[in-house]
Amino acid sequence: MSRVAREVAIVAFAQTRHTAHDTGLSEPELILPVIEEVKALTGQKRFGFTCSGSCDYLAGAPFSFVSALDAVGAWPPISESHVEMDGAWALYEAWVRLQHGDVDTALVYGFGKSSQGDLRAIMTLQLDPYYLAPLGLDQLSYAALQASALGAGRAELDAIARRSRADGRRNPYALDLPEELPDGYAVEPLKASDVAPITDGAAAVVLAAGDRARELCATPAWITGIAHRIEPHYLGLRDLSRSPSAADAGRAAGVGKGPVDVAELHAQFAHEEPILRRALDLPDDTVINPSGGPLAANPVMAAGLIRLGEAARRIHDGSARRTVGHAASGPCLQHNLVTVLEA
Amino acid sequence: MAERCAVIGVGQTRYTTKRRDVSIAGLVREAALRALEDAGLTFKDLDAVVIGKAPDLFEGVMMPEAYLADALGAAGKPMLRVHTAGSVGGSTALVGAGLIQSGVHERVLVVGFEKQSESNATWALSTHLPFSSSLVVGAGGYFAPHIREYMRRSGAPGHVGALVAVKDRLNALKNPYAHLRIPGIDRAMVESTPMLWEPIRYLESCPSSDGACAIVLSSEQAATGTPAWVHGTAMRSEPLSRAGRDTVSPQAGKDCAADVYRQAGVTDPRRQIDVAEVYVPFSWYEPMWLENLGFAAEGEGWKVTESGATALDGDIPWNPSGGVLSSNPIGASGLIRFAEAALQVRGMAGEHQVDGARLALGHAYGGGAQFFAMWIVGREKP
Repeated sequence: MSRVAREVAIVAFAQTRHTAHDTGLSEPELILPVIEEVKALTGQKRFGFTCSGSCDYLAGAPFSFVSALDAVGAWPPISESHVEMDGAWALYEAWVRLQHGDVDTALVYGFGKSSQGDLRAIMTLQLDPYYLAPLGLDQLSYAALQASALGAGRAELDAIARRSRADGRRNPYALDLPEELPDGYAVEPLKASDVAPITDGAAAVVLAAGDRARELCATPAWITGIAHRIEPHYLGLRDLSRSPSAADAGRAAGVGKGPVDVAELHAQFAHEEPILRRALDLPDDTVINPSGGPLAANPVMAAGLIRLGEAARRIHDGSARRTVGHAASGPCLQHNLVTVLEA
Repeated sequence: MAERCAVIGVGQTRYTTKRRDVSIAGLVREAALRALEDAGLTFKDLDAVVIGKAPDLFEGVMMPEAYLADALGAAGKPMLRVHTAGSVGGSTALVGAGLIQSGVHERVLVVGFEKQSESNATWALSTHLPFSSSLVVGAGGYFAPHIREYMRRSGAPGHVGALVAVKDRLNALKNPYAHLRIPGIDRAMVESTPMLWEPIRYLESCPSSDGACAIVLSSEQAATGTPAWVHGTAMRSEPLSRAGRDTVSPQAGKDCAADVYRQAGVTDPRRQIDVAEVYVPFSWYEPMWLENLGFAAEGEGWKVTESGATALDGDIPWNPSGGVLSSNPIGASGLIRFAEAALQVRGMAGEHQVDGARLALGHAYGGGAQFFAMWIVGREKP
């Protein structure tokens, strides 16, 4: 970064009670309550900038983000943009926008209903359309390739799944998944319990700069570092057992400059957790995914933003001083975003 | 406050119905390499990549930025993917500019593309979200009623649309990248083509194009070559289905223009702005946007068009490149407007250069005329 960043904090976070099935709500209906909640938390009706993240392929229709504007109350017209990415990248764009100095608040949201289609097959369409997608590799298969490359032990993966499910059962927003792990492989070596569940949900965050953040929140979660990096797409060009892009983003965000009380990692498969943990060089005493993480609720396109929101929540409630929120995109952790939040 | 930002490189592909000779990656890389060549730089000199395109369903590739990271030299760097409907090319430029203005980066590559030949755009534009208003008739069907309402309000005579269709295609003959280059184009030819959506005839519509456009943005200290300086940036959105919103002259467009003019110190756009590249996908949007953008009083836009003022030799040339009516790779169309505005103030627009252009407007709109993105670029520093 070429100059000192303006102080920006997450001052409010809200999420839906995520579900494993379609509850019949449209996307705007899903978003409306969380937008209303962060508006109530901050007492703000208007924001200097608004940015959202979603994916047309989940709705199976183009412009699926357009109707979401109805939930925001974009009248009079608002300064607004949208990324076809997880809401965590919408938060990044909003953070950049706040660095200009002319606006002090931003509303960020992300949403997705993966119950509406076959997510595993849909994710295949994210691959190179000439050389990879025609192979028909679905999301579970390429994740399993990565798990094989890592060679993670069954006991370690089961422990991650058990811990995530137990934490998820304590989290009113996450799914209630049974303690007992199901037998059998999804795609060897991944068991079904290693795979994030199909989930519908949405989340919203309010960012504020400087004194405005202190006015809107008693305990702002200050963004002391935020960075993201992408790596080559082709699986064969990468050492899948490592995540250099997460490591680079973590260094740029300054993860190692202090203790990390809590890290919320966007690990959609159990084996991704040790990869990310090592990439971010997280200390042994860091609590990983106390929310249950994506293995307990994974509303695609919101799940990364929820990691940042959950990391902020620990600072809002005073239970942590320094936390890390992480979001991932692309096949086999191709693209990683890391945020450091401090009290 | 915000850092200065400049356009230091522009690259475009030839726009055409089908680019069978390149993959999607090859298409975007072609534009990116040309922009880098213009800036005298290589991929190594870039800090980040921002890519924009219209709906993923156009090519059937979900979130294609993942696949395009390699072709755009983004590996090891931050990459963002913008999607704001038809305005996306403009929004993508603004997100890129924001990365410079915020002081986060020194040099950013911005790319917009569409390879519409990979699918059928009209189907891809046909939404079927449950409980939502449907656009099943394609974009022209959606906008035609707004145009008819404009004609009713303003009393504009029916031939004005054909004048725009001819003017933009005459300009396209001077632009080597333009898709529709129609020798002998005239009003009689336009009026002889089939009526698609009353009052829009075939030649009053934009084509479906394959193509990509790229620009290199830089901070003041990292600028190379001939910069076009960003004097103002603005985006505005309004809801699609709000009762009482004016779809003919949307408030979001007016607010967006007011914001970008304020930043650039423009109080009289018709006199102060030398050239405008404005998103006109259907001919009648020229007089409509002339009014919405304050270049003409309400109800007077068609008279400005009819007077010839918006022609290349008029006092306020609009779309000297030939505009969206001549080339329409949707996800790039907005970025092409922004890039052509920059080319004009850099004095590098070639045969369609407006003499002495010092201040230029780039404009894009999308969705149900509800998303707006604009910038003003100038030859001098702001």
